[in-house]
Amino acid sequence: MEKEILLDVQHLSVGFESYNAKVEKVFFNAISDLNLTVHKGEIVAIVGSSGSGKSLLAHAVMNILPDNARTGGTMFYKGELLTPERMNRLRGHEIAFIPQSVAFLDPLMQVGEQVVGTLGEKARTLQQKAFEHFGLKQSVAKLYPFQLSGGMARRVLLSTSYVAETEMIIADEPTPGLDLKIAIEALKDFRIQADQGKGVILITHDIDLALHVADKIAIFYDGRVVETADTQTFRGDGQGLKHPYSRALFHALPQNGFNLQRCPKCGATCATWNVDEKGMRCGCGNS
Amino acid sequence: MADIKYDKTGNCGSFGLNRRREILLIILSGVVFLSGVCLWGLLMDPSLYAPDYEARRLAPSLSHLFGTDSLGRDMFYRTVCGLSTSIQIGLLSALISSVIALVLGSMSAVFGGRVDTAVGFMVDLCMGVPHLILLILISIAVGGGAAGVITGVAVTHWPNLTRVIRAEVLQIRSAQYVQIARKLGKSNWHIAAKHIVPHVFPQYLVGLILLFPHAILHEAAITFLGYGLPLDTPAVGVILAESMKHLAAGMWWLAFFPGLALLFMTQLFDIVGDYLKILIDPHSARQ
Amino acid sequence: MKKGLLKYLFSTVARMLVLLVAVTLMSFLLVHNAPMDPVDAFLGEIVVSEEQRAKIAEHWGLDKSPAEQYVIWVKNTLHGDMGESRTYHEPVTKVLGERFRASLLLMGTAWILSGVLGLLLGIVAGVYKDRWPDRIIKTFSLILASTPVFWIGLLVLVVFAVELQWFPLGLAVPIGKVESEVTWMERLHHLVLPALTLSITGVANIILHTRQKLIDVMESEYVLFARARGETLKQLVMRHGLRNIALPAITLQFASISELFGGSVLAERVFSYPGLGSTAVVAGMQADAPLLLGIALFSALFVFAGNLTANILYGIIDPQIREGGGSNG
Repeated sequence: MEKEILLDVQHLSVGFESYNAKVEKVFFNAISDLNLTVHKGEIVAIVGSSGSGKSLLAHAVMNILPDNARTGGTMFYKGELLTPERMNRLRGHEIAFIPQSVAFLDPLMQVGEQVVGTLGEKARTLQQKAFEHFGLKQSVAKLYPFQLSGGMARRVLLSTSYVAETEMIIADEPTPGLDLKIAIEALKDFRIQADQGKGVILITHDIDLALHVADKIAIFYDGRVVETADTQTFRGDGQGLKHPYSRALFHALPQNGFNLQRCPKCGATCATWNVDEKGMRCGCGNS
Repeated sequence: MADIKYDKTGNCGSFGLNRRREILLIILSGVVFLSGVCLWGLLMDPSLYAPDYEARRLAPSLSHLFGTDSLGRDMFYRTVCGLSTSIQIGLLSALISSVIALVLGSMSAVFGGRVDTAVGFMVDLCMGVPHLILLILISIAVGGGAAGVITGVAVTHWPNLTRVIRAEVLQIRSAQYVQIARKLGKSNWHIAAKHIVPHVFPQYLVGLILLFPHAILHEAAITFLGYGLPLDTPAVGVILAESMKHLAAGMWWLAFFPGLALLFMTQLFDIVGDYLKILIDPHSARQ
Repeated sequence: MKKGLLKYLFSTVARMLVLLVAVTLMSFLLVHNAPMDPVDAFLGEIVVSEEQRAKIAEHWGLDKSPAEQYVIWVKNTLHGDMGESRTYHEPVTKVLGERFRASLLLMGTAWILSGVLGLLLGIVAGVYKDRWPDRIIKTFSLILASTPVFWIGLLVLVVFAVELQWFPLGLAVPIGKVESEVTWMERLHHLVLPALTLSITGVANIILHTRQKLIDVMESEYVLFARARGETLKQLVMRHGLRNIALPAITLQFASISELFGGSVLAERVFSYPGLGSTAVVAGMQADAPLLLGIALFSALFVFAGNLTANILYGIIDPQIREGGGSNG
């Protein structure tokens, strides 16, 4: 049975204006022609290397890019066009964003206060529930961000998605810094929420963790999704994967023997190769 | 969401001139203008602003742009002369001050430890007394006159630039490529000449130019109070101090134009400094 | 009170005391080195014998070595005796006390005015970054920042005192009136123009710094996250903006005291306002060493008191200092 589409991103592009050494305005493209579909009850993991612009995707969807950013393309949420104005109304209420580090917490505000945010008294009860859920003492609410350990901070950030009636969660690297038990706990949590009919976008560089919980994996490279595949495809020898970059990523996993493809001509590992929509090849000219 | 509007060359600038050239042109015209004023004052025939009892207390007109004072001296030529004096004194004292900053800042960064603490203490000491009080004390100690002003301004204006240079040198010393050069066995002199000086010099230059307006304003202030340049020099501070006696008589032009000219000049120095900063560090151009 | 705060306060006070001693030493050396002979400056045109001159010098302790003179000065100062002003023929402490009262009124008014106005305009500019309110406020502040105080004073004088005649030309009280007969209204009437001048010059710096700080805060990751959680611009400014610019604003406000003191010297000169600043100018002209030293010490104390207050407030407000740092729980 085909589930209802929650978020549909079509031909998204994100770029930045800046000045180069010659003080000319230059345009730098971070994301180009990106397509992504999230159904209700589905976890879509966006997997890519660090610094490949995955976070920008989340910021673009949430409409929180900096002023010098320029975006293109269209987005639909629940079948209706998602304009920036509509996003501004939805974020924090229907769509929750979970950022990746403690730097996203106001350094001078107690964390309990921050989790509650501007959502009122009802949210305070939900905050207490969320803290309990993630194994945080209620006294943590009175602490300031600098007093939190990495794992505590991460759980506080996760709690922020609990205080509203969210239908979609966009989590940006939610697990690093958590010990394995809590990391899996947190990911299971996304599973539970998805099974309740929510949509989850999980942005991570850890394909292994993504494979544990996600329904679909979108392989992100250089501002594009090179391939979106069901999690089942990442089984066996990975021959079901269409794009060589996805296959290379899959083969590099520990359980698959850290296999790195090498260029037959110059011997460079595939980590240094050029990737585009069609495939990947070594820069030395041999394909 | 609208499509991104930018041309493929990546250059959004619509002006015919390349922005770098435009900035260079602004800097150049600023420098030419300021040196022009300086030279004009130096080479001016003193008879142009000699007392003329036929033309006393004249309001501004085409023949006397800034009017005349109670002795019939042409205020325009006196002001130009005063600005020229200000530029010379500003240049000299800012130059001395910046050399102090360069030496102390680099020493502080290179030797660290006690030297750093000592320099820090000197900075605090210098900032501990209001500048103007310190200027008066120094001016008295040196015996007043131009020497007093130059010494005073020179020894009170180094703290900020010292901090900047200290931070710059520290940053560059810990930079990876300098660390590598050190590992490769390059001598300290080589590292200083090849890496540190080229990096710190532009910052020093900008700091120096941005010091000029401060130096000029303080020179004018201390002269205005009667501690600076002797009363017979055509200096803006002297002109404004003299004007006080005649303001009540309605001779507003005696104060208005010379001060405006001084303001215009300090603004010009600021603009030259700021644009130079943009050339050196294009990121600061992102308004 | 928490341990972290106490330790922080103790080290701050200790550092400031050391600096204060260094400031007095530096001022003493400067005044002592002046080529101007204080006896000559004191006598002016009066001709006296060598013997009498020596007597005056002895009376002032000028025959002793500089080190001895400094020690004596420090000792007496600690006992509340800062010597006698050679210009006013009154104890330095008395002169300082009287002049300071007038200055305090002037500087206090300007301090509050420039602080409140600077903070407000800075916030407006920061919130509307790069839009027209910001452009106007920023341009205005940049020009003001490099405008000489005394020139602004002269313009204010010409416009409001000479042309419009709304306010008196100068002084702190009407000419020829006995101190006890002066009313508060008269004092205020004389205060307006110098205070206005002083505020205008102090405000630019506060605007520019507040603006920059607010922009930094609004571009921070925590504000980004707060936006992602649906906070409106107003909520962002009220909840996170004000909270995070409070600390730098306090530092700035108290650090501006030093500049304000310098500005007051000029403003008082323009308006012949008999405060500490104009007294400093006179003391310098007359080589009145005890009074000059007194003023240097006093101004340094004033600046230090400002810095100390800022540091204490910082310690109380900043949770990182208050709670002593480190993670727990």
